[in-house]
Amino acid sequence: MSEEKKTTRRQIAAAKTLKKFMADYFYEMDDAAKTGSQKIAWCTSVGPAELLRGMGFLVYYPENHGAMLGATRMSTDLIPYANALGYSPDICSYLTCDVGSYLQKKTPLTMAYNIESVPRPDVLVFNTNQCRDVQDWFAWYSRELNVPLVGVHTHRDIGNIRNYQIKDIASQIEDLVPKLEEVTGKKFDLARFKEALGYSRRTSELWGACLEEAAAIPSPWTFFDATIHMAPAVVSRGTKEANDYYELLLPELQQRVKDDFAAVEGEKHRLYWEGMPIWGKLRSLSEQFYSLKTCVVASTYCNSWIFDQLDPDEPFESMAVAYTELFIVRDELYKEQYITDCYNKFKFDGILFHDAKTCPNNSNNRYGMPERLSEKLGIPVLTINGDLCDLRCYSEEQAKTNIEAFIEQLEEK
Amino acid sequence: MTNDAGSIFVGVDVGASHTKVAILDSEKKLIGHSVRKSGTDFTDSAENCLNSALEMANALEENIVRCVSTGYGRKNVPFSQGTKTEIGCHARGCYHYFPMAMTIVDIGGQDNKVIKLDAKGRRLSFKMNRKCAAGTGAFLEEMSLRLEIPLEDMDALAEGAENMVELGSYCTVFSATEVLGKIRQGKKVPDIVKGLFFSVIKRVLEMDSLTDRVVITGGVVAHNPYLVNMVEEITEREIMVPEYPQLTGAVGAALFAMEKGGHNG
Ligand code: SF4
Repeated sequence: MSEEKKTTRRQIAAAKTLKKFMADYFYEMDDAAKTGSQKIAWCTSVGPAELLRGMGFLVYYPENHGAMLGATRMSTDLIPYANALGYSPDICSYLTCDVGSYLQKKTPLTMAYNIESVPRPDVLVFNTNQCRDVQDWFAWYSRELNVPLVGVHTHRDIGNIRNYQIKDIASQIEDLVPKLEEVTGKKFDLARFKEALGYSRRTSELWGACLEEAAAIPSPWTFFDATIHMAPAVVSRGTKEANDYYELLLPELQQRVKDDFAAVEGEKHRLYWEGMPIWGKLRSLSEQFYSLKTCVVASTYCNSWIFDQLDPDEPFESMAVAYTELFIVRDELYKEQYITDCYNKFKFDGILFHDAKTCPNNSNNRYGMPERLSEKLGIPVLTINGDLCDLRCYSEEQAKTNIEAFIEQLEEK
Repeated sequence: MTNDAGSIFVGVDVGASHTKVAILDSEKKLIGHSVRKSGTDFTDSAENCLNSALEMANALEENIVRCVSTGYGRKNVPFSQGTKTEIGCHARGCYHYFPMAMTIVDIGGQDNKVIKLDAKGRRLSFKMNRKCAAGTGAFLEEMSLRLEIPLEDMDALAEGAENMVELGSYCTVFSATEVLGKIRQGKKVPDIVKGLFFSVIKRVLEMDSLTDRVVITGGVVAHNPYLVNMVEEITEREIMVPEYPQLTGAVGAALFAMEKGGHNG
């Protein structure tokens, strides 16, 4: 019957390098944690990474670990252990599965890299620009491991970004310096910080350029590919290695476009993915879209690691701008305009909103945006219910039927 | 058996609770149909359902030109030549009976759908309820067990109610507790049953807005026509219901079979 077939698709060649990249990233940190050769900071995914890199930290991202727990489907079994400690099943399932993983001493790093546990932090650094959950998450580890917790509190729901907001955030970032110096025991080196900013800016430019290749018709890659290849931009921004990776990936994508290569053979429909990935179901969703000749060409999620305002000449201010102008920090009007601009660039035929049960911050369907955008852009929208990591909140059958029906609807046009 | 059916087109709707088969002749006339519990073996129930519909149509398997399956178990029908989602088939089936722009509200055994069509029958949008029994046939089934009232008696009870006992909760389990509380308070059973119907209607109406013309389909209204009267009262609209509201999806699938629609598998 019409069950999607397992497909053999041309792999992105850079994926091999990516694999090694990620292995090196984790081995370096594992080694540092064991030998104490370098200090380790845990950082939120859109936290002040450049400052940490510039101050000589290795940077570990619990959200990346959450995504790995989700992708390996370990998360659903681990979440209840955190629930039992009083962390509700309704809050961020990255938080709950990661804490569950700590409590149960189980990590996907063991299977993937033969690493026993995540690296112990010397300091925990958050920015609430994405949500409050990250602060509570890190606070748990701070109590548990007796490690200092520092952070930046960002304004929320911002329309036009105002000067006072930037000044405030810039000074909050600057205030981190003495606290971090206490951890490193070394003096802050402005030149090194600027260098990290420069690298990060370049990573953003390259990563943004990679994503923009999907504007080509047919698209050379999909959202599902990008969720994998975004890893260096997330975990290694502020380093030269991250740039080297995208210097490799970008020409490969450009070549695909030149060759008219379609990531989804016979691409008939193009969609925008709004919201979190469903980590444990990336493959099966990707297969389903492939069988429906539908390419998910762009997403808010993958675009969220483009910080092109970073400027080594204005280090603190530009960091404040870059980490405040993010989609997730902004008001509804801004978000709608953002997706409208994406629509004009990527020419998609519909938008899929993922209502992630445990992440209201990335579930933009909840205040009427799908309806407003559908009317504004004249394209249909679909909301599917699920979650980033808690597969108890996901009905695969319902989601797949909804997606299939949505494509039928596009075909009736 | 004589076989004077000629060419026939079959639609099979394997829902999570019931399987429905509709047989159309080449004039799009419904000449055979059947409804059975889906049970645990979808393939088996689809086959049994097909056989009784064939019998009613006075037709044989060799008369079948094409068969399309739909519904939750659409991929478990070995004799179908294509599949379509239940959303597509309900839309197609309703448009066959009511060729106009409309909102379709389907209240099924385990899920609900609200589908909007334009004047040409093209889908403008659709929504399915979340993974929860609220507002579905399963909710009424659960309540009939709790209240020890046969499911088939509910419609008459609701119609005979003098008042209505409103229930506050979303959740089937919470509602059950609430209902038991109402009984302890001495509320009348018919008034409670009417309240249960009202609860189903509220869950469905909060899924989406309605357009001028509204069609209601699905097993719940097939067995509880009074629920339609209540929707008319609440929404201040005339509600259209096809002759066999439970068969709409199967009829739509049969129409797709005739039009050679459906994904080939
Ligand atoms: S933004 Fe959402 S997914 Fe990310 S950490 Fe916060 S609650 Fe979790």
